[in-house]
Amino acid sequence: MAPGGPGSPFAGPGAREILALDGLDLSVPPGEFFGLLGPNGAGKTTTIGILTTRVRPTSGNAAVAGIDVVRDPVGVKQRIGVVPQRPNPDRQLTAIQNLLFHAAYFGIPRTVSLPRAQALLDQLEIGDRGEAKVEQLSGGQQQRLMIARALIHEPEILFLDEPTVGLDPQARLALWEILRSLHQQGRTIIMTTHYMEEADRLCERLAIIDRGKLLALDTPAGLKARAPGATFVQITLDGEALQALPAASAVPGVTKAATKGSEISMYAERAGEALPAILRALEQAGRAPVDIRLTPPSLETLFVSLTGRKLE
Amino acid sequence: MSPSPWKVFGALVRRDVHVVSRELPFFLLRTTLQPIMFTFVFGYLLPRMGFVQQGYTAALLPGILGVSLAFASVQAVALPMVADFGWTLEIEDRLLAPVPTWVIALEKVIAGTAQGVIAALFVLPVARLIMGPIAGLDFAHFGVVVGMTLLGAFAFSAFGLLLGTAIRGEQIGLMFGLIVAPMIFFGCAYYPWKALSAAPIVQTLVLVNPLVYVSEGMRGALTPSLPHMNLAVVAGALVLLSAIFMALGLRTFDRRAVS
Repeated sequence: MAPGGPGSPFAGPGAREILALDGLDLSVPPGEFFGLLGPNGAGKTTTIGILTTRVRPTSGNAAVAGIDVVRDPVGVKQRIGVVPQRPNPDRQLTAIQNLLFHAAYFGIPRTVSLPRAQALLDQLEIGDRGEAKVEQLSGGQQQRLMIARALIHEPEILFLDEPTVGLDPQARLALWEILRSLHQQGRTIIMTTHYMEEADRLCERLAIIDRGKLLALDTPAGLKARAPGATFVQITLDGEALQALPAASAVPGVTKAATKGSEISMYAERAGEALPAILRALEQAGRAPVDIRLTPPSLETLFVSLTGRKLE
Repeated sequence: MSPSPWKVFGALVRRDVHVVSRELPFFLLRTTLQPIMFTFVFGYLLPRMGFVQQGYTAALLPGILGVSLAFASVQAVALPMVADFGWTLEIEDRLLAPVPTWVIALEKVIAGTAQGVIAALFVLPVARLIMGPIAGLDFAHFGVVVGMTLLGAFAFSAFGLLLGTAIRGEQIGLMFGLIVAPMIFFGCAYYPWKALSAAPIVQTLVLVNPLVYVSEGMRGALTPSLPHMNLAVVAGALVLLSAIFMALGLRTFDRRAVS
């Protein structure tokens, strides 16, 4: 699938003059687990909205499984499953009825959908909740129901928009396992997230986007290798840090040293070699370390260096 | 292979039948209590007190049915839709179905039409029971009754589609106060349109009100011997209004479905 095209602006929801996507040009091969990473308002949801036919692009083009989303939205809908940002089950129905009716909307007869629905609920470990009303399900269970719903018609491509927002850590880990196994079954998965760790651990390739623009596109490992090659060093001292600043700045390999109160921070190439020298310099300036924190190059540091702002 | 739109339409209908049949007593209570109470006051109490003539019930009954079916049809479509597009977003699972969005909107209108007819069928015997024998009530033109009921319910369901997609959640109260309430009072439900000749300006102004045609249509169908608007005019107006409401409603629905 390939939304966008060079220099092709998409307008955002409604008729407002907001440029939600600006020349975002991507393509995802079948079977890939692809991540769209960016802060809130980056254009992730708009991208998913266009690809799932729910947002009409004002220009440019997008295709899913080779089908143009504007010219043949019905053909696209037939091939995709969508897990929304906020669970929106049909609250008038029980959990399993949600799946059976959704299957019926895709023309699947009950004889086929009933065993499939039960198998999905079992696989997602809510097999005993089939007859429960939706409001009796926890947030995590509702999110799993949404995944089951997105899979009941066996789509080629699964879209997930921030699927783990609002889930507790345990439910989040469980969902990661589910997504991994779906991907291992050969399904194409496109997921948006603003959690670095999630993107890093699940996705084969990542697009970092902000303000509708593509900033970087690579494997998580490839992106991390492009992160500024220095470790971020933060040291809390036993007193005012300012007097130690010149000494710390003079250590070879140290850049961007700065102080705030009793804390001194800097970027250090090969932190392992630089750290003893930094500590010696601080000591000569009359300050002893109370606490030391090291942040290795990461997607987070890459993101900050690309956009000048943090993700969350 | 995408399923045929009619197969999906059938599934949407099954969903609504499943949900609505469970909610039916509450739905009927919500939509018909007001016309039934009105029937009790104006069709039972006031005639007994001698404030209105006995013959008034003959003018009132068709109007009460018109209000019931119009009110039920509008509510059946508009209220869930305001919530669906406003905050629950529950309709999303149907918007992901592999059919054009108009299929989903049309199904909602058809389901609303059915609910309007059910409300009218419920109110008819209740109102007749409250009012007692009604001079001129005539079920001989059964086909006309069915036709007028279906046309009126469809027109108001289509109106519900337009309201439900054009109005935001916080404006629901406003919708009832500014649109539905005047519509009922000036809908010739509680008096025949011909009698409005006593106030000619009002008689002309109310012609923009869709309920006038439903009330007069019910009059022509149920009490044909009493004064009523020409049924061909009524049918023509309802068809035209249905077409306008449908065209506008489908547009606003599509705008809410695909932003």
